[in-house]
Amino acid sequence: MTISTPAGLAAPKPRVPALSVEHIAVHFGGLVAISDLNFDVNEGEVLSLIGPNGAGKTTAFNIITGFLKPTKGTVRYRGTSLNGLKPHEITGLGLVRTFQRTSVFQTISVFQNVMTGLHRRGRSSLWDTLLALPQERQSEKELRDTAHEILKLVGVEHRAADIAGSLSYGDQRLLGVALALAANPTMLLLDEPVSGMNASETAAFMRVLTKLRGMGVTILLVEHDMPMVMGISDRIVVMNYGRLIADGPPAAIQGNPEVIQAYLGVGAKKRARD
Amino acid sequence: MNEFLQHIVNMLILGGTYALLGIGLTLIFGIMRVVNFAHGELYTFGAYFVYLVSTVIGVNFFLSLIIAVAFGCILGAAIEFFLLRPMRGADIDTTMLVMIGAMIVMQNTEQFVWGGVAKSVLTPFGESTLALGPVSVSWLRVFVFFSALALIAGSYLLINRTKIGKAMRATFQDRDTASLMGVNIQVIYMATFAIGSSLAAAAGALLGPVYVISPHMGDIASLKAFAIVILGGLGSIGGATIGGFILAFAEEVGAGYISSGYRDAMGFLIIILVLMFKPTGLFARSERIG
Amino acid sequence: MRRLLPLLAVLAFASIPLWLKDPYLLNACVTTGIFIIAAMSLNLLLGYTGQLSLGHVAFFGIGAYVSALTSLGFDIELFGGIRVVHEPWPVWIGFVLAVIIAGICGYLVGKLSFRVRGAYFVIVTISFAEVVRLVALNWVELTQGPLALTSIPPFTLGLPGLGYLDLYGKAANFYLVLAIGVVCYVIISRLTRSRVGRAMVALKENESLAVSVGIDVTRYLILAAVTSAAIAGAAGSLYAHYLRIIDPDVFMFLYTVTMVIMVITGGKGTLAGPIVGGLIFGFIPVVARSFASPESQWILYGALMILIVFVLPQGIVPAIERWFGVVDENEGRAKLEPAK
Repeated sequence: MTISTPAGLAAPKPRVPALSVEHIAVHFGGLVAISDLNFDVNEGEVLSLIGPNGAGKTTAFNIITGFLKPTKGTVRYRGTSLNGLKPHEITGLGLVRTFQRTSVFQTISVFQNVMTGLHRRGRSSLWDTLLALPQERQSEKELRDTAHEILKLVGVEHRAADIAGSLSYGDQRLLGVALALAANPTMLLLDEPVSGMNASETAAFMRVLTKLRGMGVTILLVEHDMPMVMGISDRIVVMNYGRLIADGPPAAIQGNPEVIQAYLGVGAKKRARD
Repeated sequence: MNEFLQHIVNMLILGGTYALLGIGLTLIFGIMRVVNFAHGELYTFGAYFVYLVSTVIGVNFFLSLIIAVAFGCILGAAIEFFLLRPMRGADIDTTMLVMIGAMIVMQNTEQFVWGGVAKSVLTPFGESTLALGPVSVSWLRVFVFFSALALIAGSYLLINRTKIGKAMRATFQDRDTASLMGVNIQVIYMATFAIGSSLAAAAGALLGPVYVISPHMGDIASLKAFAIVILGGLGSIGGATIGGFILAFAEEVGAGYISSGYRDAMGFLIIILVLMFKPTGLFARSERIG
Repeated sequence: MRRLLPLLAVLAFASIPLWLKDPYLLNACVTTGIFIIAAMSLNLLLGYTGQLSLGHVAFFGIGAYVSALTSLGFDIELFGGIRVVHEPWPVWIGFVLAVIIAGICGYLVGKLSFRVRGAYFVIVTISFAEVVRLVALNWVELTQGPLALTSIPPFTLGLPGLGYLDLYGKAANFYLVLAIGVVCYVIISRLTRSRVGRAMVALKENESLAVSVGIDVTRYLILAAVTSAAIAGAAGSLYAHYLRIIDPDVFMFLYTVTMVIMVITGGKGTLAGPIVGGLIFGFIPVVARSFASPESQWILYGALMILIVFVLPQGIVPAIERWFGVVDENEGRAKLEPAK
């Protein structure tokens, strides 16, 4: 069931779909993880994908980014079908993800993390590298400049020389975003970016996200933190039991009885238990 | 035809002891995730121990087999306690390096103690043979075959019918849950390594008297055991048994009809082919990549 | 200082034949140098991409046999009576072929074995080395099997018109090994301090994350495997033409283990690690030979290996760096040594 957008709450942005998830189904053996998933993410939009645990959100992420192959259906990004593409090729199209945990290279420095993330932006060939040609030096210099810019953007540049594993949890998550940004995304997929963060870390993260949205990066967010989701999303899609149960702006989702029953009810109970 | 029958008989004897090697390793690798490079040295240890006790000291042959297996068990427990317990939580490559170190120490200690000259064990069976139609089999080999079968059956019962076996299976399935359910993981690990080691020692103790004993007999026994585990699938005693006989068959046929020089290549070819084309093993249930 | 250190090390090594005249010790220097090159090549896989390849000696041995057979010539009959006769070629062509063919083998083995990871990868690589050893042992017509290939010609240094010089002497071979070692070091250092090296370390650290930033994992694993195998092949060629006799024992698992011990002792994933580890384990036999049998030396090796893993798992070089508080003065330069 889909909720129509009430007049006056319609997003002002032009609705050009960037990412189209078209009738995706995923079966693990006999188990149906996703039965029929169908939604678009428009250019420049912040779309949140929510749903109770086990609803299939992370599976959907893995499908979109090529880490899993769907049993049925197609994902398109800016018109290109992602079927059969390897994850690093999908990244090459500008579709970059973060992970729930393990989001940084733990034992190397923060700066080297971002340098690693800049991999696809390097222009030197293997021969440039082996023979130390000027092209190599030029390319490395550009990468270093870009790395500093990105660290500044997410606000961890003061920790550049530190080992990534020594950062606080919140800073590691920010570095995870920096890594993703380094891969030059036109669209970011963030998998529960603020889970486990404290309030000030979450606030810092929201500021970075707002900056990114200002830069025109399309964002697909999977998150449990309802205040954050409601505060930042242009639109929300809700999944339960491997299918979509609602699609609309935050206000409409908050008032949708099916969503309340499926998700917010469970969430409220869970919060009460915690 | 007679030649073929002879190969089959050899295959059965070899296969029984290979199965013991494989079962030992499948337990250790399956439950502890330790790539036991010292497995072949425990096999060599078993063989030399029988030689020491029966031929050098002069104890009854059958009793010395039991003593050898018991000492294999003790050595296994000691290796687990001194080398593997401190490494708990280390990644698989690190423990692998430790076990390679242990392999080098054990192998060269054998060489140091016994010298490079091959030894042969005196057995009470002498030269007497059993005639089975056109083929004749020495009574020693008949004894070895049935002892191996008995040990295979014994380990099957141990794993499937006893309390510790149940705990071992639980640990194999999911270590953390087993631990929460009250299984003492430290005890299970030590028991697993000790049982696996005694099976390897038993294989050496049984097969050693059939051939001759040299410090390098265990060189590739670990890898053969791995071929068996890969064939049979991780943690499966039935699979390891079948894998042991398949490897023995491949070696006998390979040596008999292709070239005896390539006998030892069969195990490696099996490893390469199975992992390349059916990485889950021939009889495996659990996934292995990742 | 850090830039100067390699240069000083090369100068120090280069001075060795000037003051060291004992032929036994000079011989130890040459063979140690060859093993250091092999260990450096292994380090590229083991230290940087994190793949424990225990079949590395295969590429070393393939290099040795290819180079020896190219320069000796052979006459074999393949299946179906096809006769292949090869007349001896100059040694340097043998060296080039050794590098190329070892590299191709590295590509093929990499293609196959990188389908599996962890323990299974290790087992596949060892199996490959053992199969190659058995072929060298049993294809007597080509390799002379256990009888060994003998009278392998030494390296020749020459300029057209100026005559040729056979490198029989130990000092001459030492300089040859040093020169090739320096070239290999530069190649590995360039690779690992670039985009390529960052990609390799990334896939060792966290493969999924590396993929998610767009790194083609297979491509870099194969690149590491090919480079590593080709350098090992070069070391094998040096070995064959220096010793001038090789037999299938060159494929022994213990040689791989020696390389692994050198790398982990010195510090895997560091440029200096294999050199430091190689020097230590190259000279233990020299010191120990007066009072210890080969077996007890090996027992010592094994025990040291366990000890290193227990007390100094990162190896000597990272420990020294930590001791002196070496930090990356220029954070833009690839600091690949994890300073955990």
